[in-house]
Amino acid sequence: MNAEANLTEVAPEREIAVAEGDTLVKVKDLSVVFGGLTALDSVSFDIRRGEILGLIGPNGAGKTTCFNAMTGVYRPSQGSVTLEGNSLLGLKKHRITRLGLARTFQNIRLFGEMTALENVAVGLDARHKSGMISAMFRTPRHYREEKQIITRGMELLEFVGIADRAFDKSKDLPYGYQRRLEIARALATDPKLLCLDEPAAGFNPVEKEELMELIRTVRDEGYTVLIIEHDMKLVMGVTDRIVVLEFGKKIADAVPAAIREDPAVIAAYLGQEEPDGTA
Amino acid sequence: MSSDWISFDFGALIDSFWATTFDGLTLGAIYALVALGYTLVYGVLNLINFAHSEVFIAGAFAVVFFLSALGFGPSAPTLPIGMLILDLVLAGIIAMVVSGGTAVLVERIAYKPLRNRGASRLAFLISAIGMSFVLQYIFYEWRGATAEPAVTMFRPKPIFEVFGSIIDSQQLTIFIAAVVMMVCVDQIVQRTKLGRGIRAVAQDPDTATLMGVNKERIIVATFAIGGFLAGAAALFYVMRVPSGVFYMGGFILGIKAFTAAVLGGIGNVRGALLGGLLVGLIGNYGATILGDSQWTDVVIFIVLILVLMIRPNGILGSNLGEARV
Repeated sequence: MNAEANLTEVAPEREIAVAEGDTLVKVKDLSVVFGGLTALDSVSFDIRRGEILGLIGPNGAGKTTCFNAMTGVYRPSQGSVTLEGNSLLGLKKHRITRLGLARTFQNIRLFGEMTALENVAVGLDARHKSGMISAMFRTPRHYREEKQIITRGMELLEFVGIADRAFDKSKDLPYGYQRRLEIARALATDPKLLCLDEPAAGFNPVEKEELMELIRTVRDEGYTVLIIEHDMKLVMGVTDRIVVLEFGKKIADAVPAAIREDPAVIAAYLGQEEPDGTA
Repeated sequence: MSSDWISFDFGALIDSFWATTFDGLTLGAIYALVALGYTLVYGVLNLINFAHSEVFIAGAFAVVFFLSALGFGPSAPTLPIGMLILDLVLAGIIAMVVSGGTAVLVERIAYKPLRNRGASRLAFLISAIGMSFVLQYIFYEWRGATAEPAVTMFRPKPIFEVFGSIIDSQQLTIFIAAVVMMVCVDQIVQRTKLGRGIRAVAQDPDTATLMGVNKERIIVATFAIGGFLAGAAALFYVMRVPSGVFYMGGFILGIKAFTAAVLGGIGNVRGALLGGLLVGLIGNYGATILGDSQWTDVVIFIVLILVLMIRPNGILGSNLGEARV
């Protein structure tokens, strides 16, 4: 993969209001309650522009719940989520995506009957203006946009390394390709923050290594990344900073080296799987 | 023979096979246009919009009123061809707007509130049936039970002869216009942003919204497209069946169009076309053999049941994205 050639191809296409290293997303006192069960208990953390932040914790710690509350899937019972200082709470899911929060799914959720390129095109559509009328009457703008979508879509597929199967239905793609396609589709929405929910699930060590490389490249292109991952080795290897959850509460927030030594984190993982194991 | 309640006359079909076929295809094209409305909405919402038959007949009323106002009556008008085409195109546009508007109105009144409250699928079904009755009886109270006076648009002229049977200008107009419209819809669904949105919502609404698709807008657009097609079908229906516009007219045609959608594979755009043409042909063949058009529906439904025993998802399959994309 030629990183230098990619640089101009897939970098974010829009302005981001905060400077590199400043707080892009602020999660504050976020709580989610299901029935009587508190799944997320007053969790706060920042995501800084340009970093790869890991969100880890034992099973049931509330990682995916936190993700879902941020992307509008769940309605938090308290707290706030802001992107560039603007609140995301109460917004419709598609609005949140259009504002710049895109995600992938732990259990792959591609549009199986669409080709890889079409899947990416759905993401790209979120950023295009031309509406139903222009599509019906096939205006010049419609053609121009369709052309742009194909060009940009192919660039994104190339970037994640699956362009050779662009015209295959996504359900027919190999597993690794599907995971990469999810990343390409999320990038297509031109996110300010890319959220990856266990992107390496089901990968072998070689594939994991390649994925880490890809995630680093994504960051180098100028994206900010939030990653949920079980695999401690992968998390330690790729993140700039890690937030640890346990029983819905934040128990640590530090650089990987410090997390590794943190007694609370070690305790949380004790009796579970090895901290650097293959959970 | 007249004392027999049923008799089979295959000779009648053999004698008039091609004429029966051409007429069946004409009717089938109309069914197919209406069937698309059922199928698109089903694809996106998994909902049978039973009020779609009334969406269709609303357009037919609009065609009759508009053309009557222009002076069209039971006998064909003597107009220059250009004028006639202009009038018919205008009538078609008005019907599409009326049907499209009705479809969107039905969506907003009967389905959106339920969707916002996360109602069960049965609630949607009841609401759909209820909406169908409400509209039917609004038409009944407004126009009574008798059909609107016939409006003849033009006298069908023979265009050419195939296998010894005449194809006339009416059949040709309806068939070509309907097929062109269906190809356009197929292209919109397959090749445009709107179509991608429709397919994305059909396959996985939650993921689609998380990818930035405005689901509500896609739903409204889907109802509108279905309504436009029903409006176009209404124009052709009045052309082919000039005295068929009354409050139950939608129900009678709608049930055949719905059958066509299921036969082809509901949720499947190309299936609607295939199903529509088949229903048109089967109904016509059956009526010819049995010598009475009252049998048409019986034959259609017997065939439907037989097909569904062999292929429960319809001929082309009802998997939303599958044959459709």
